[in-house]
Amino acid sequence: MTRIDARFAALRAEGRKAFVAYVMAGDPDFESSLEILKGLPGAGVDVIELGLPFTDPMADGPVIQLAGQRALAAGQTLKKTLALVQAFREDEDEAPIVLMGYYNPIMNHGVEPFLRDAKAAGVDGLIIVDLPPEEDDELCIPAQEAGLNFIRLATPTTDERRLPKVMQNTSGFVYYVSITGITGAANAVAGEVGPEVDRIKAVTDLPVVVGFGIKTPDAGREIARIADGAVVGSAIVDLVGKGRPPAEVLDFIRKLADGAHSA
Amino acid sequence: MSSELINSFKTGPDENGRFGTFGGRFVSETLMPLILDLETEYEKTKTDQSFWDEMDHLWTHYVGRPSPLYFAERLTDRLGGAKIYMKRDELNHTGAHKINNVLGQIILARRMGKSRIIAETGAGQHGVATATVCAKFGLKCVVYMGAHDVERQKPNVFRMKLLGAEVVPVTSGRGTLKDAMNDALRDWVTYVRDTFYCIGTVAGPHPYPAMVRDFQSIIGKEARSQMNEAEGRLPDTVIAAIGGGSNAMGLFHPFLDDRSVRIIGVEAGGKGVDDRMEHCASLTGGRPGVLHGNRTYLLQDGDGQILEGFSISAGLDYPGIGPEHSWLHETGRAEYVSVTDQEALKAFQLSCETEGIIPALEPSHALAHVAKIAPGLPSDHVICMNMCGRGDKDIFTVAKALDWNMTEFD
Ligand SMILES: Cc1ncc(COP(=O)(O)O)c(C=O)c1O
Repeated sequence: MTRIDARFAALRAEGRKAFVAYVMAGDPDFESSLEILKGLPGAGVDVIELGLPFTDPMADGPVIQLAGQRALAAGQTLKKTLALVQAFREDEDEAPIVLMGYYNPIMNHGVEPFLRDAKAAGVDGLIIVDLPPEEDDELCIPAQEAGLNFIRLATPTTDERRLPKVMQNTSGFVYYVSITGITGAANAVAGEVGPEVDRIKAVTDLPVVVGFGIKTPDAGREIARIADGAVVGSAIVDLVGKGRPPAEVLDFIRKLADGAHSA
Repeated sequence: MSSELINSFKTGPDENGRFGTFGGRFVSETLMPLILDLETEYEKTKTDQSFWDEMDHLWTHYVGRPSPLYFAERLTDRLGGAKIYMKRDELNHTGAHKINNVLGQIILARRMGKSRIIAETGAGQHGVATATVCAKFGLKCVVYMGAHDVERQKPNVFRMKLLGAEVVPVTSGRGTLKDAMNDALRDWVTYVRDTFYCIGTVAGPHPYPAMVRDFQSIIGKEARSQMNEAEGRLPDTVIAAIGGGSNAMGLFHPFLDDRSVRIIGVEAGGKGVDDRMEHCASLTGGRPGVLHGNRTYLLQDGDGQILEGFSISAGLDYPGIGPEHSWLHETGRAEYVSVTDQEALKAFQLSCETEGIIPALEPSHALAHVAKIAPGLPSDHVICMNMCGRGDKDIFTVAKALDWNMTEFD
């Protein structure tokens, strides 16, 4: 059982919905990023998604693209991201961390060494956008064997035929992408997302959280009502991009968390 | 696997879209169902005679195929060695090989009921070809082009607009082909349901590398039979320039199992292939990685971040290469070399002076390598190089590089 499994079990027992926050590792720099990271559990974040900076994030909109560029410009690397997780783990052993990003930096590091180093640093799961089930042998299977959750994205284009394949090697939770599009684009519409979540729940017992297009505490509440949790990314990252200090970013995150938790 | 152990080089890719370990389908889940659909449609279409009849008709009457195989006599005399032929794909409608592939993809898109076509472009040739065929069929066309390339390939931007396409300048990254491809992929995940992504080279997720190669193979098929007519035999060497690798794959593929034919791909060496990484030579200066849907050789730093690359030629300014080339490189069936900006510029002028052919900067790279090796080869050695594009689009870039002041001609 990973920290992710434990966290969702606890939330379920309490009858609460999960609030998931996405921040970019090393944005705007290592120290500020660590400060934000350390503040997340206290701000009410149940699961942390930590973005891996990449030069070519093809599923991300401008807000997260720029965050990655800021982090890379400040010298962030995959090794430093693992160091960031390790520093976070020094005084926090319960909040789950999921690394979210693209495959190339991991492949470059070497899959086996990466899994070993990530596990040792205190990472709990992976969301790798450009690894669909067709490429499961690359990282998904080795990650599960190494004791990390591999969390898959399901999307509006994932039809009935495909859904079982998408669920097959998924663990931890399922991330439903509420829109066809990139991060930070259109707004998620609870009325449309609800039936989709039900469709996924019909084929899996895993928790289903919804992300992409959720920008406010109210939107988070609406979505959390019809799912097991809501993810907010671009709206948070945008504040970091505007140069707001970590304390102010965390204040906003607290409001988002309260929104989702009031569902 | 070493080259001697392989029976045929023409069987790839396998059912997972792999050429050896290269290729594959590294895309987000949103796109995956689309890519599988496309694969199914393409597999069906490939064996449908009515599809190829439509292609042949348009290739003949719209594009102007077959393109001539031309013996470049003065160039041969000047270089004083091997006998040099040019496969004249620069004479195609729209001025490059790109339209061979675009026709195939657009006919397929129409059969799939897609009404909106998107494309990425570097030099603008693929964008122009896509805009052209969309105009012919009355389809909506959106072309993503790096802001830096919009600057250096202005004539093509104007052509696309005349043809009714919307040109979107891409400012992310350094504003070249790689960034245009990212934004095209972002568009595609957003408008998946009615949009067909017409990729301009043998890269991207399976089935694109195989499909684009199949459409471009008309180049090599024609060259093979034309060479037979001209010389009564196969060429000894075939040479082509490589951006993503589509004109090269198109020329090479029909010759892959002819072991007597030496195959050479020429990458853009920019300012020289060294650790400054101011080049676009993915095979000679890169490492395997995953980008834009496939595993292939890439220019990347120690952290696996993609480097921008550098080339005077917008069409070659791409940090990756089609996966089939990576495989041909590793098996040793094809050789890959690089040529610098300066060498390409010299070859550009050589072609103008000796043959009255203004080449694009991309095939000027292939020609530069021909100029390097031809003098050392015997006069009965036959080279076929792919003159895959004409240079009208490049005259301003070349004028600048040669320090000619264009306003003198006003
Ligand atoms: C004339 C010409 N040649 C070559 C290329 C490079 O593409 P590829 O390597 O796919 O042939 C381009 C791309 O824009 C081009 O315009």
